[in-house]
Amino acid sequence: MSVLVDEDSRVVVQGITGGEGKFHTEQMIEYGTNVVAGAVPGKGGQEVAGVPVYDTVAQAAEAEDADTSVVFVPPAFAGDACFEALDAPLDLVVAITEGIPTQDMARVKRAEEETDTHLVGPNCPGLITPGEAKLGILPGNIFEAGRVGLVSRSGTLTYQVVDSLTQRGIGQSTAIGIGGDPIIGTSFIEALSLFEDDPDTDAVVMCGEIGGEDEEQAAAFIDEHMSTPVAGFIAGRTAPPGKRMGHAGAIVSGSGTGTAQSKIDALESAGVPVGDTPEEVVDNVEDLL
Amino acid sequence: MRLHEYQAKQVFSDAGIPTPASELAGTVDEAVAAAEEIGYPVAIKAQVHVGGRGKAGGIELVDDKAEAEEAADDILGMDLKGYTVDRVLVEEAVDFENELYVGVTMDRGEGKPVAMVSTRGGVNIEEVAEEDPDAIAREHIDPAFGMHPYQARKAVYDAGVDREIAGDVASVLTTLYQLWDDRDGADAEINPLMVTSDDDVIAADAVFNVDEDAMFRQPELQEMEEEGEFAESELERKADEYGFDYVRLSGNVGIIGNGAGLVMTTLDLVDYYGGEPANFLDVGGGAKADRIANALDMVFSDENVDSVVFNIFGGITRGDEVAKGINQALEQFDEIPKPVVVRLAGTNATEGMEILNEDLVTVEETLESAVQRAVDYAEEVEA
Repeated sequence: MSVLVDEDSRVVVQGITGGEGKFHTEQMIEYGTNVVAGAVPGKGGQEVAGVPVYDTVAQAAEAEDADTSVVFVPPAFAGDACFEALDAPLDLVVAITEGIPTQDMARVKRAEEETDTHLVGPNCPGLITPGEAKLGILPGNIFEAGRVGLVSRSGTLTYQVVDSLTQRGIGQSTAIGIGGDPIIGTSFIEALSLFEDDPDTDAVVMCGEIGGEDEEQAAAFIDEHMSTPVAGFIAGRTAPPGKRMGHAGAIVSGSGTGTAQSKIDALESAGVPVGDTPEEVVDNVEDLL
Repeated sequence: MRLHEYQAKQVFSDAGIPTPASELAGTVDEAVAAAEEIGYPVAIKAQVHVGGRGKAGGIELVDDKAEAEEAADDILGMDLKGYTVDRVLVEEAVDFENELYVGVTMDRGEGKPVAMVSTRGGVNIEEVAEEDPDAIAREHIDPAFGMHPYQARKAVYDAGVDREIAGDVASVLTTLYQLWDDRDGADAEINPLMVTSDDDVIAADAVFNVDEDAMFRQPELQEMEEEGEFAESELERKADEYGFDYVRLSGNVGIIGNGAGLVMTTLDLVDYYGGEPANFLDVGGGAKADRIANALDMVFSDENVDSVVFNIFGGITRGDEVAKGINQALEQFDEIPKPVVVRLAGTNATEGMEILNEDLVTVEETLESAVQRAVDYAEEVEA
């Protein structure tokens, strides 16, 4: 059926009074998501999109029995908002905000490790279990309920692949946008292991991109621990090398990793077919099912 | 954002890391006056954001006034990998016995900062990392506590730094970490950290890259960035002004999209269908009409571009805003300068398609057909 989010998720939206927060709360509700509260300091007592707003996440969680948060707080305050959600505490925190300082996220990630909360993002589109609930900004109309899980570092690439899957009649169990920032809450490996344990996911699509080594590590995990088949896609084959990689970043673990080719090689040697185009990814999924 | 060497040295020096005496110069006369004041020998160093300046002729060591004049004249105005040099740093040449490497960065794999020390400084440290990873001592830092003094000592001893200078090097590393942490560093590096015959340590080069996302709380570094803009190319200046992630490439198919992953995929598809991407341009999330118009202006102003493909899959970005921006940008032309192919999907895409002025653009339903069409247009122009 799904991982992390379903029709029973009780959602609080942090930053619900902002432009994006309000718009996407309406979209989430329209999709069927059980949004039970908003949380914005100083705005307690108001109502947005028919949802009561509280001053703190803890108040919202207690009054409305919320277990999930979606963060639409501006970057300067979003790290703090994540700490607040972890402390409430909630089971799942989805940070949509783009542009949170990396050092703030390193501290949030450190705090998350001491809790049982799943953090997804930041700088991600959120997650969706089609037909049940969506958290974040994903366009709900392109999704179709089904049995293929999807995990991706890129939001818009997720939409592209999902659109192709749906057009070809392949529905999705849950799609998770894990975000493209250097430091993120949920990694490929965590998402893949959730899908591996989900009896209603028959295959998984994993969309990666250049930079970092997350895909290489995920390939090793797939090789050793997964029985559910995985199809892959890697964006950035033609991106110029080194353009956004900081100097010192390259020497942390030596070079030779982080390129599109090293990721594709790692996945293929773990038995994951990697498509050249989004359409080819869907061909591969059809073969795996 | 990357500081120039002279700026990074200023920041390091203010924090208490020893740096050589130096002065910034914009003309040959200024450079010679600075050299005379500092006293020979001095190094004359081009101030541009380019790696391997020494090998490319951007750094010269001089012993007297005549040499200083000649070197400053050579370097000022030279083209270093596409950047025109218009400032040089004139710096005291340090007599050294050893060169070390010291650096702090974020290890994204671990999600933690990492401090690094190596006795193999003064060379290309990436090569060292590849050939002999053990030659670099690494110490991960818990971001909740910061770097403990013992961790700096541990890194220094693990790297095999001489005992006489171990304390000084550990102190430089501690300061560098604190600076990195306080100033939202992305990478902070000293390579080489020179060791003199008197066992003094001194930062002969300095790199400080700042997390772009944290600039809002680093007003001093913001000022330095503005002051350092002299060494940017015209297109970079425009991208900065508009706030885009933009990388110019060598091809002729202009690409505009939302989200790095999708834009990269569009580049890859242009290549797959036999074309050559002219650029990477990510308008980011939630772009409004003005931003879309700026993106078109940016791509049109690259003379290599023969056709443009717009690939927008809206989530937080709305199709109607994108369509308004495209209309707004194109309606000002009597004749559209380059053919524009548009593919709109996702949030408010239907509304967008209704607004879009189809007299001005070619609309395609799928990513594949849009890319193919743009590649075809570019080929027609070249033929």
